[in-house]
Amino acid sequence: MISGTVIKGARILGAQPQDILISDDVITEVGVGLSKAGAHVVDADGLIALPGLVDLHTHLREPGREDAETVETGTLAAALGGFTAVHAMANTDPVADSAGVVEQVWLAGREAGHCDVHPVGAVSVGLRGEQLAELGAMADSHARVRVFSDDGKCVSDALLMRRALEYVKAFDGVIAQHAQEPRLTQDAQMNEGELSGVLGLRGWPAVAEEAIIARDILLAEHVGSRLHVCHVSTAGSVELIRWAKSRGVNVTAEVTPHHLLLTDELAATYDPIYKVNPPLRSRDDVEAVRRGLADGTIDVVATDHAPHALEDKESEWQEAAFGMLGLETALSVVVAAMVETELLDWAGVADRMSIRPARIGRLSGQGREIAAGMPANLTLVDPSARRVVDAGSLASKSRNTPYVGRELPVRVVHTLLRGKPTVLDGKPA
Amino acid sequence: MTKHLISAGDLSRDDALLILDTATQLARLADRPIKKLPTLRGRTVVNLFYEDSTRTRTSFEAAAKRLSADVINFSAKGSSVSKGESLKDTALTLEAMGADGVVIRHQASGAPHRLANWIKGSVVNAGDGTHEHPTQALLDAFTMRRHLGNLESRRVAIVGDVLHSRVARSNVLLLNTLGAEVTLVAPPTLLPVGVEGWPCGHSFDLDSVLAKTDVVMMLRVQRERMNDSYFPNAREYSRRYGLDAARMAMLPEHAIVMHPGPMNRGMEIAAEVADSMRSVIVEQVANGVSVRMAVLYLLLGGNVSAIGAESSEPSTSSERELEPADTGQRRRRSDFAGEEA
Amino acid sequence: MNAALPSPQPGAATGGSANLSSGVRAVLEAADLSRAVTRIAHEILERTKGGSDVVLLGIPTRGVGLARRLAERMSEVEGRSFAAGSLDITMYRDDLRLRPARALAHTDVPGGDVDGKLVVLVDDVLFSGRTIRAALDALGELGRPRAVQLAVLVDRGHRELPIKADYVGKNLPTSRHEQVTVLIEEVDGRDAVLLSPAEGAAQ
Repeated sequence: MISGTVIKGARILGAQPQDILISDDVITEVGVGLSKAGAHVVDADGLIALPGLVDLHTHLREPGREDAETVETGTLAAALGGFTAVHAMANTDPVADSAGVVEQVWLAGREAGHCDVHPVGAVSVGLRGEQLAELGAMADSHARVRVFSDDGKCVSDALLMRRALEYVKAFDGVIAQHAQEPRLTQDAQMNEGELSGVLGLRGWPAVAEEAIIARDILLAEHVGSRLHVCHVSTAGSVELIRWAKSRGVNVTAEVTPHHLLLTDELAATYDPIYKVNPPLRSRDDVEAVRRGLADGTIDVVATDHAPHALEDKESEWQEAAFGMLGLETALSVVVAAMVETELLDWAGVADRMSIRPARIGRLSGQGREIAAGMPANLTLVDPSARRVVDAGSLASKSRNTPYVGRELPVRVVHTLLRGKPTVLDGKPA
Repeated sequence: MTKHLISAGDLSRDDALLILDTATQLARLADRPIKKLPTLRGRTVVNLFYEDSTRTRTSFEAAAKRLSADVINFSAKGSSVSKGESLKDTALTLEAMGADGVVIRHQASGAPHRLANWIKGSVVNAGDGTHEHPTQALLDAFTMRRHLGNLESRRVAIVGDVLHSRVARSNVLLLNTLGAEVTLVAPPTLLPVGVEGWPCGHSFDLDSVLAKTDVVMMLRVQRERMNDSYFPNAREYSRRYGLDAARMAMLPEHAIVMHPGPMNRGMEIAAEVADSMRSVIVEQVANGVSVRMAVLYLLLGGNVSAIGAESSEPSTSSERELEPADTGQRRRRSDFAGEEA
Repeated sequence: MNAALPSPQPGAATGGSANLSSGVRAVLEAADLSRAVTRIAHEILERTKGGSDVVLLGIPTRGVGLARRLAERMSEVEGRSFAAGSLDITMYRDDLRLRPARALAHTDVPGGDVDGKLVVLVDDVLFSGRTIRAALDALGELGRPRAVQLAVLVDRGHRELPIKADYVGKNLPTSRHEQVTVLIEEVDGRDAVLLSPAEGAAQ
């Protein structure tokens, strides 16, 4: 009879190897030379132990676009990427703007069991930006929604944004804003710069993001609410958030892995695999978001995992859908962009990909220290592995990752969700 | 190894001159009783037009037929917009037909790039979105050479809606390759962001440019642009950027007036200018066939293409540096790098 | 100095030696070439009874130079002016698909048309006959000559088509593997006909 698990020789946040003893869903002991009779032994020699990764920004596409992703496939992809919790965005069909829909997604996540699924509630009914959705009902539902977002669309109406920020204070919610001034980005296709002019693709100016962020910071400050900025992509946005934090405004921000690594120059291929919202930006912007993430101005990395069916990407650039996959490559990309460049160490990775996102999402059971008494949500990573991304081996139902055929660092070896392996040896447990 | 003509930037100076010289020889064909050449016998050229453009399509059609190619007109207008058959499915159909060359006109910038990844034949861009129209630039250069000779150091003003103009983009690239000095003239709203980095000058003031210009090329300006606040109204646009008789009088004696058509008479060009002795607009149309014959011959006539660029397979991405950190050099299309050429 | 190549390189060396170390041999030197041209000019005049309706069309590149020389000699002999033109055959070649598309040469018909004229095609070397076949096609689309004749500087044999020259500067028996190169002053800086052992396929 197996009782409990011993993880042997894991380097917690990159420190000296230790053993981690787990009983049921809790870490009971951390130390050297631990053993327990009858326990399942996981050899973690040379592996880095991180608290299970938490994604604040995932599109699971269910309900509505199960051809692109389902809760089952999306959460499996998450587990393989080292995640133990994801926040499922509200822009499904129907929109997650009521207690019924968020509970449905939440339940589907429980059934899949690969990782926790925390539905994000829509800010406005139908994401239409006109009328507040039933934020309170979603907060009170079994899904206990704390993050609200119209992601995919910007809450551009200043009054609606103000009311939403105020209203969620009642249940410690946060508004996660997709910052995109709609008039300045009508039909926009790629970062506005010299290249957009050359390629004849409608430009998406940085100011369209920054203007909304600036406004929202002022609104959040005015009403004393909590604001989260989704997928920050420009140097100017980083500056604004840095300024807001220096004023004590309660603002947090995320950056996607792809905005840490890829630049707008890839649009020159006209391959919509690189078409994403917000668009890939310039090298200077990439440098700025990296520095912002390193110094904590940007709090978290969030994947914006956006699966799309093949036909929505195999087309002309301007006809193609926005977005790329993220869950299965996020950690590797963050290591390439931040760790290999010595901007973050493993503790920093844990902080930006687990601890802080859990805190923003108000998830008490996630993003905790790896220590006795803590929930046993763990990700074990081989830091010396390198792998070539293979479209065929992705767990996601979709294939729209720009990294196919590219070699990326590190490999998630094991993922444990409350003591139970969801991934063993890089394969679904 | 298939080559394509998708951007005027695909053409080296030698390529461009080869096309223009070949077109010069082919132009003489028009005076002969038998205008047909056997050169592309057995080759299939597909005209794939997603936008109405009778002029460009018939020009390509005439060019292909004079070279004895089998021509298939595949009018796909609206099918992309209405979400009918996708471009990829159409490409596979053309592939099955054994198309040696596909001439594509599409409302989406970059559609020819996509097509080139899906078919084995050569792709000729006949205008994509607001991106490029390289054969128009070639026929413009051809027309300019006929009137002015060598284009080295010739000054060309391109006036109007540069932002939305594929003709302007292709002309800037090609004329730069041929050594001409291009100045783009437009209200600031109709110049692309980053135009400072293009291999040309720009100005907001037409009057200050005209006296030093060998060629003035007027671009079509759609009246509807005023609905997007690119300019207040047609009258103001015309007053500031239209070419009327008074402005034409400011041009040097030898200067010519061009327009890629279709013209908005009274908007960007006054009727008396369009019909004047300096106007070579009708000639531009006639030259189109010779230039397109030259392009088709050089792309499809031999066992490998004599001109153009190979397709950029996305799978060669390993060469493309992902790492945008400080070490990497800034990679751009070299013709737009500004300091070069 | 002895760098004459067995290919029609412009500006080939003007070395005096007939025998080159690489096995390249001059079968006609400048003076021989001149005499051959003169003889052909006389023959044309004789056979065309003064050449009153003759149109000389050289096949680019070196045929054009030879046609001009013929015209000059004929003018000297007859005391009136003969003009030579050129006929580009590129688009009519049957080997287009075997190589990249080539630049076109000029077609220029003295007097503007060939209808009812006696066209004398002029080329440097007659070999397989395919060039002349292409030239006949090209000519046919320019108009309808009264008759067409052919003048070549060298006939090296190995015909692949039923084509025969009316005027020949020199009959040169060759093997298929050899290469015959005609150099003319205007193009190559020197007049000569070279015979070289070509490596690989015949020209």
